[in-house]
Amino acid sequence: MSIAPSTERGEVTIRHLSKSFTLNGRPLPVLRGLNLTIRPGESLAIVGASGSGKTTLLRVLAGLEEADAGEVLIDGRPVHGVGAERAVIFQEPRLLPWLTVLDNVAFGLETRGLGKEEARAHARRYTELVGLQPFENAYPRQLSGGMAQRVGIARALAVQPEILLLDEPLGALDAMTKIGMQQELARIWRDEDVTTILVTHDLEEAIYLADRILILPREKGGEPKFIDIDLPRPRDRTASAFVRQREELLALFGLH
Amino acid sequence: MAYENIDLSLAPDFQGSRAVSVLGTRLRAVVTPFLTRYGLVIAFLAVWQVSSTRGWVNPAVFPPLDVILAALWDSLASGALLDDIAISLQRAGIAFAAAVVIGIPLGLFMGQVKAVEQALDPLLQFFRQTSALALYPIFILLLGLGETSKVFVIFWATLFPVLLATIGGVKEVDGKLIEMARTYGAGRLAIFRRVILPASVPAIFVGLRLSATTALLLLIAAEMIGANKGIGFQVMNAQYNFQIPLMFAAILLLALLGLAANAILVLLQRRLCRWSQPGL
Repeated sequence: MSIAPSTERGEVTIRHLSKSFTLNGRPLPVLRGLNLTIRPGESLAIVGASGSGKTTLLRVLAGLEEADAGEVLIDGRPVHGVGAERAVIFQEPRLLPWLTVLDNVAFGLETRGLGKEEARAHARRYTELVGLQPFENAYPRQLSGGMAQRVGIARALAVQPEILLLDEPLGALDAMTKIGMQQELARIWRDEDVTTILVTHDLEEAIYLADRILILPREKGGEPKFIDIDLPRPRDRTASAFVRQREELLALFGLH
Repeated sequence: MAYENIDLSLAPDFQGSRAVSVLGTRLRAVVTPFLTRYGLVIAFLAVWQVSSTRGWVNPAVFPPLDVILAALWDSLASGALLDDIAISLQRAGIAFAAAVVIGIPLGLFMGQVKAVEQALDPLLQFFRQTSALALYPIFILLLGLGETSKVFVIFWATLFPVLLATIGGVKEVDGKLIEMARTYGAGRLAIFRRVILPASVPAIFVGLRLSATTALLLLIAAEMIGANKGIGFQVMNAQYNFQIPLMFAAILLLALLGLAANAILVLLQRRLCRWSQPGL
C-alpha cells in the first residue's frame, strides 16, 4: 500500500542541495550535496540528531530559506521561494489570536485570493475534518495545545497543497494528545491526496506515519540513510513487526 | 409532646432568619465588590465633607462638597462654564486628533523599517525627554500667543506616547506569525493588513490612553500660562478672585473629563480587541 502513488502531482526532487550557516564567523555546513526524490503521495519522515539539518532542509523546501547550492524541483520544475503547491505546519500552531478558529482555517484561502464567504465555506469542511466544528467561533486563547495544532493542520489542508511540510508538528504536545494526533494525521493522509514530508525527532512517530524514513547524518562525510517502512496500515504500535522496526532504527542511532 | 411544642415555636423563627440570611448574602454579593472598588473614594469624600463642615480644616480653602457641587451646578446651569468647556475640548480634541492621525501611521511605518527607526530613535528620545512646557515659549515665539501655539504644545506632548507605543507594538509582532503568513503567499501589504496591524492594536491603545491623559495635562498647563478662556484658565482665575468653590468645581470638571476620555477609549479597546480579553 505504501508505495503506490495516488496522484501524479506532488513529486519532490532535491539535487546536490547544500546549505551552511555562519557561526562565530566560520561556515557551519548543515546540508552537504543532498540528493533525494520523494514520490507523489509518499509520506517521508526525516529524522536525525539535532544539528543534522532536518529543519533546515524543511525550511529550504518550504521556500523560507535559500539553499547555497543545488536545487529543489517540484513536479520537474525548479522552485524558489514559497508556493501555492506547498503548505507548512510548524511546531507551534502559529494561529492569529484575533481571528476565530474558522477564520484562522480560512486564512490561507483568503491570502490566495478567495472571497471571505467562499473561503469560510471551504474552511468549514476542514474545521469539521479535524473535529473542531463546535469551536469554530472560539478564539485561539480558548483552545488547548492539541486543539490549536488541529487548527494549524486544518489551515494547511484547506489550501489543498500537493505537498505538506511538517516541522515537528506534535513536538510540543503531551504524550497522550500526541498519540491521538498521530492517529488523526494517519487518517487524514489516507483520505487526502498529498505528499507529506515530516521532520520529527520521535522515531516511533516516524514509523507510525511514514512510508519511508530518511536519516540525516550529523558528521561530515556521513551518508544519508533511507529505510522503507512496509508495515500494513492502519499501523499498530504494539505489533511485533512495529516493535522490531523500532529496535532496528534505534540500533542505527547506536541506542540499542 | 414536648418536642412538638418546641418545633412549632422554633419553626417560624428559623424560617424567618433563613430568609433574612438569603437576602443578606445577595446584598453582600452586590455591596462587597462595590465597596472594595469605591470604598476608599467614598471614605475620602466623607472625610472631606465632615472636616470642612466641622471646621477641622479651613472651609475657605477646602469648602464642603455640597458647596463645590452647587458652584459646579450654578456655573453649568447659567452657561458660564460652557464656553470654557467648549474651547478646552476643542484645543485638546484637535491636538489629540492630530497626534493620532500623524502618530499611528508614522509609528506603523517606523516600526517596520529598521533603518528609519534607528535613525530617528535618538532624536525621538531626546524630544520625548524635553518637557513640552519648556518648549512652550519657543512655540509662542514661532506661532504667537493665540490658539495655534496652545494646540501645538498639546499636540507635541500628545504625539510621543502614541507614536512610541505604535512603534513598540509593530516591533513586538511575532516574526513567526509573519513567516506563517508568508508561506500562505501573503505579500507585504497583506502581511501588514492581516498580521502587523491587528497585532499592534493593543499596544496602540496603551499609547492612546497615555496620550489622552497627556492632552488634558498639557491643556491645563497651556491654559494657565496664557489664556483668557478654558477650564484651566477658570481654575487660575477663580483662585485669583478667591472663588474657591468655583476653583474646585473646575478641577472636578477636569477630573470628570479625564475619566470620560479614558472610559471611551477603554470601551473602544474592548470592541476592537475582543480576542485578547480574559473571561471570554
